[in-house]
Amino acid sequence: MAHEQDVAIRIRGLKTQFGRQVIHENLDLDVRRGEVIGVVGGSGTGKSVLLRTIVGLNRPVAGSIEVLGHPVTGANAEQMLELERRWGVLFQDGALFSSLTVEENIEVPLKEHTQMSHAFRKEIAALKVRMVGLPMTACAKYPSQLSGGMRKRAGLARALALDPDVLFLDEPTAGLDPIGAAAFDQLIRRLQQSLGLTVFMVTHDLDSLHAICDRIAVLADHRVSVIGPMDVMLRSEHPWVREYFHGPRARAALG
Amino acid sequence: MSLDEAQLETWEESGRQVLAPVGRWAVGSLAIVEREIRRHADAARGPIVIDLSRIRTLDTAGAWTIYRTARNLNAAGISVDVIGASEEQTALIDAVRAAEAEPEPDPDTGNSFVNMVAHIGQSAIEIARETADLLGFFGLILVTAARTVVRPRRIRATSLFYHMEEVGLNAIPIVGLMSFLIGIVLAFQGASQLQRFGAEVFVVNLVAISVLREIGVLMTAIIVAGRSGSAFTAQIGSMKVNEEVDAMQTLGLDPIEVLVLPRLFALAITLPLLAFFADIMGLIGGGLMAWIALDISPATFIERLRVAVSMWSFWVGILKAPFFAFLIAMIGCYEGFQVTGSATSVGQRTTRSVVEAIFLVIVVDAVFSIFFQIVGI
Repeated sequence: MAHEQDVAIRIRGLKTQFGRQVIHENLDLDVRRGEVIGVVGGSGTGKSVLLRTIVGLNRPVAGSIEVLGHPVTGANAEQMLELERRWGVLFQDGALFSSLTVEENIEVPLKEHTQMSHAFRKEIAALKVRMVGLPMTACAKYPSQLSGGMRKRAGLARALALDPDVLFLDEPTAGLDPIGAAAFDQLIRRLQQSLGLTVFMVTHDLDSLHAICDRIAVLADHRVSVIGPMDVMLRSEHPWVREYFHGPRARAALG
Repeated sequence: MSLDEAQLETWEESGRQVLAPVGRWAVGSLAIVEREIRRHADAARGPIVIDLSRIRTLDTAGAWTIYRTARNLNAAGISVDVIGASEEQTALIDAVRAAEAEPEPDPDTGNSFVNMVAHIGQSAIEIARETADLLGFFGLILVTAARTVVRPRRIRATSLFYHMEEVGLNAIPIVGLMSFLIGIVLAFQGASQLQRFGAEVFVVNLVAISVLREIGVLMTAIIVAGRSGSAFTAQIGSMKVNEEVDAMQTLGLDPIEVLVLPRLFALAITLPLLAFFADIMGLIGGGLMAWIALDISPATFIERLRVAVSMWSFWVGILKAPFFAFLIAMIGCYEGFQVTGSATSVGQRTTRSVVEAIFLVIVVDAVFSIFFQIVGI
């Protein structure tokens, strides 16, 4: 496996369950620093649950998770806070605070975790707004006044506010039109390269997988059953993987 | 020096001032050096060199600070050299330059007195508009209700019974307890006053008249407004946020018929029943206190009750209940439909719903008092 220092997220023997329903069992996964990993799997295989478990929103039954060398499982409040400053999470519909403007949304983590002056905070917020490709007029708007694609960009700007090392994306292109989705893919790739981010992306979008993911992890049978770059996926004999990457939509997307 | 700190060192070198950021120039540690580098830049008169070779960590916030400093100096006509940047740092500064943006200045807030007057005016217009809207809603409900009464099969029976259980049956414990306690309080306070005149036995009149005519039904209405009126607003409001109400309309369902009428009818049926229950509990509370404090036996209490209270006193109270029910349900549902977009809006509308409902219940109660006075009941 990869060298110790090159691993951003290390999961060993993870088990999660809700009630008697087991979601993951004996799941191992290494995410390398600076890579974009795409997590795919059928509905109900626990892609989002895996993301939520890594960022500590969901407590696993067994197993260990390390992010950037620090344990998430069993971390106390202070260690958790330290970790939370080093990752950014983009939820499916942006999860912006609906009572705050876009600019105020981005300022929330800056206000909470730094002692910046008000003016400097506004400068940084404006910078992030431009970096995710939103017009400056979006700053003063409330989330309900934005389109779905703009809300995602605003959510991304908030996730990037503290310059995280790891970025978690939950279906970033779901609900966007193909042009908007492609632009969002490019945006993520560009930011990932210029900021040196590690990106953990849950997605269903074959185009995204093809365009920006360095490696793909397939969740099936309660664990990561296949992992590797696109050509490994295409060669895989696993029935679900074959169906997914050789189905009619896949042929269209991968050409 | 800790690795987690940002510092700014500065010295003169062959006639040029050198600004050298040191350490970790990242979002969490910039607060102080950001001001420092701005002060140095503002005070600069001659050429400047920014030496990045001793930065350990640079992120976009740090890159922005350095880029902004260089840009402002250039704009002031001072020559700037940025040296010692690694490849990654140069890339980061380029990325920041590509996304260059200045925050928009805070909008002019204007004269505070003018703002206040404008605010009062806006509120007045808002109140007028809301009143007109509420009247419109009132009409809409009446029309829909009339249509449904003509064709009773359109009443959603399941929904009606569900809401009857929710607003009626489940409210019995709290309504009963409140009313019982109020009966006790009334009897106790009345007793201590009437004892001075030796007219203890009139406690029965006091308790019976006030509980039956006013307090029983009024307290019930207030509890129900707080309990169910708010629930109506929150339920319909979150459906509005979820676009469920819009979905209903596109499916050819009338939201008034589906959402409002079952709640309205449920409340109109159960509130009089609850008020009746409250009356009984209030009398029991009063009777118990009269027995304990004044030694008026239950038999005497009932005897006195027959003499003191006409049947009309009871009917005056109960007759008001359907009107209160209508008000509470109407305002609860109306405010629910007024919810827009956000979660905050649900909270605001719920508060308004309860306050308006209680206010209007008391206003209507006052109107009824005058009316009954005039007709002499």
